[in-house]
Amino acid sequence: MEKFQSFTGKIVALPINDIDTDQIIPARYLKVTDKNGLGEACFSDWRYNSDGSPKPDFVLNMPQHAGAQVLIGGHNFGCGSSREHAPWALMGAGFKAIISTYFADIFKNNALKNGLLPIVVDDETHKQLISLAQEDPNTQIGVDLEAQQITLPDGRKVTFPIDGFSKYCLLQGVDQMGFLLNLDPDIAEYEARHPQRVNTLEPVEL
Amino acid sequence: MAQTLFEKVWNQHLVRPQTADTPAVLYIDLHLIHEVTSPQAFTVLRERGLKVRRPDRTLATMDHSTPTTPRNAQGIIPVLDAQAVYQLDFLTRNCQEFGIPLYALGTENQGIVHVIGPEQGLTQPGMTIVCGDSHTSTHGAFGALAFGIGTSEVGHVLATQCLLQNKPQTMAIRVDGTLHEGVTAKDIILAIIAKIGVGGGTGYVLEYMGSAIRNLSMEGRMTICNMSIEGGARAGMVAPDETTFEYIAGRPFAPKGSAWDKAVSQWRALPTDEGAVFDAEVVLNADDLVPMITYGTNPGMGMKITDHVPNPADLTDVSAKIALDKALNYMGLQPGQSLLGQPINVVFVGSCTNSRISDLREAAKLIKGQKVADGVRMMVVPGSQRVKAQAEAEGLHEIFREAGAEWREAGCSMCIAMNGDQLQPGEYAVSTSNRNFEGRQGKGGRTFLASPLTAVASAINGVVTDPRLMIERMKA
Repeated sequence: MEKFQSFTGKIVALPINDIDTDQIIPARYLKVTDKNGLGEACFSDWRYNSDGSPKPDFVLNMPQHAGAQVLIGGHNFGCGSSREHAPWALMGAGFKAIISTYFADIFKNNALKNGLLPIVVDDETHKQLISLAQEDPNTQIGVDLEAQQITLPDGRKVTFPIDGFSKYCLLQGVDQMGFLLNLDPDIAEYEARHPQRVNTLEPVEL
Repeated sequence: MAQTLFEKVWNQHLVRPQTADTPAVLYIDLHLIHEVTSPQAFTVLRERGLKVRRPDRTLATMDHSTPTTPRNAQGIIPVLDAQAVYQLDFLTRNCQEFGIPLYALGTENQGIVHVIGPEQGLTQPGMTIVCGDSHTSTHGAFGALAFGIGTSEVGHVLATQCLLQNKPQTMAIRVDGTLHEGVTAKDIILAIIAKIGVGGGTGYVLEYMGSAIRNLSMEGRMTICNMSIEGGARAGMVAPDETTFEYIAGRPFAPKGSAWDKAVSQWRALPTDEGAVFDAEVVLNADDLVPMITYGTNPGMGMKITDHVPNPADLTDVSAKIALDKALNYMGLQPGQSLLGQPINVVFVGSCTNSRISDLREAAKLIKGQKVADGVRMMVVPGSQRVKAQAEAEGLHEIFREAGAEWREAGCSMCIAMNGDQLQPGEYAVSTSNRNFEGRQGKGGRTFLASPLTAVASAINGVVTDPRLMIERMKA
């Protein structure tokens, strides 16, 4: 995983509540065995007509919003299915951060593990960002993970929460697997102390 | 100190507690995998030269992208989609290479991952259970801590049998009282989600309690825990009791002999202690509940089947107004209209929410001797091959077929619509599944979530129907 770098990028607003992962990436695209090509299918049903042509009135298809790196979603972004294809698709579509008032738990975990930053802001900042994106499609904000701050065009800085471990992993560009693998002695010790409940290889005979 | 059921299971599985710098390291007793959310995790294992730490705590099945069309003359369920074929073959190769038991398509134990765990007796009280599937919350019905994970985490569990987790908060959901006839576990959970909203449980583990929950069968409790995620909660739990023990006893992976007695005595210590404190509490009265139905595009947009579709103009919150307006537009519904009498095209009985033998028995009882209305397609998809075999032994398949319904092979089917079982654009379905998101059951398809009884009553009449009317008619 690459280190998460501070950046300044264009924002785009999709101010709909409860955007579920079936909208972010519909289930028919989940028959892949790798992570490639999901960016083109991101928001597929909202983005394309049935003949495959782009819907001109969908915000992510508008030329003035091309190249946006920060998506402002409505409340409870990423609810529904646990599919990690959702952050893969959003990153494939060019997003580095998503802003909402709160995120669904599994989506947030999946995003953090892939270097897609979920940024939680208060209602007022959320409304302001949506207005800014809608009024001027060239609006840019700064995203600084180290300082846990976004910088608005008027210079106002808004801090956002993130758990320390996820922040460390994102900044260092390391995934969490390595940390767990290093705990092998602790895991072995736990296993020695706790008898196995079920063995999937062997049904219990009477 | 008095502890909740969740806290007991959590504490018993801590390899390392949470610190200021790191999340807790939680040991996982049982890891269920399927073809859709595991491929990229196995690729990571190969790239890093890692083994599966505990194949004996892992079980794979095929359910999401598998067809449910009848077997051919050779007894094989043909998979026609080349991408699905590759994905299923990849799971087979992964299981062979890493030594993981696999209940493959067409074999006697195959089925929806959340149906086979309990059915095999693998799901037991006090365990930690994960799967790359948000409806893993189902297994919480046994007093297990069970939740859905992403593919990165599937890789973590394959390699280390552990997960890094921040401790969630707890919410008690108390449902006292007695359900009226025609009102089911599905109606309880749809009422709970309508009350707390689709994000109301975010950050919480739910514990369902109260006399109405205690009086439910294990299947009913599974239906309720299954949809915890539709209220935003990763996990829902019910304290184990005699109903739980009776369900588990004698199943293939259940403890036997003296091990059984020891297990039961441990399980009896799991229920929430007197005086334990929850972070939040929600109360419902079962006596007030009637059959529920959803009208919108998330499971929180639900109402009593006798109610009228809400009006966006009555909402004060701007973004909620936009969401409801968008939902009604997608669903082709008018504010203030009743759903009773709404014409439908498809009825789907199935999914990890409502495809167990008791669901099929209830559905069969109501449809026996009746006919599915002209122009309506009704699909009945058993949750597993074992459920299918049991239903056929009881003759349920004949009852469905005589009524004009399709009797299918086991799988997720039209709940997620990635196997060819799907709605056409604009079609309306009454579905016993768990999600009514836009396009969930097929692009442009419109879903009304409801109980199996409501689904059957609607199939017979060809329009959304209150099942209590059909039950009265059946008795008369």
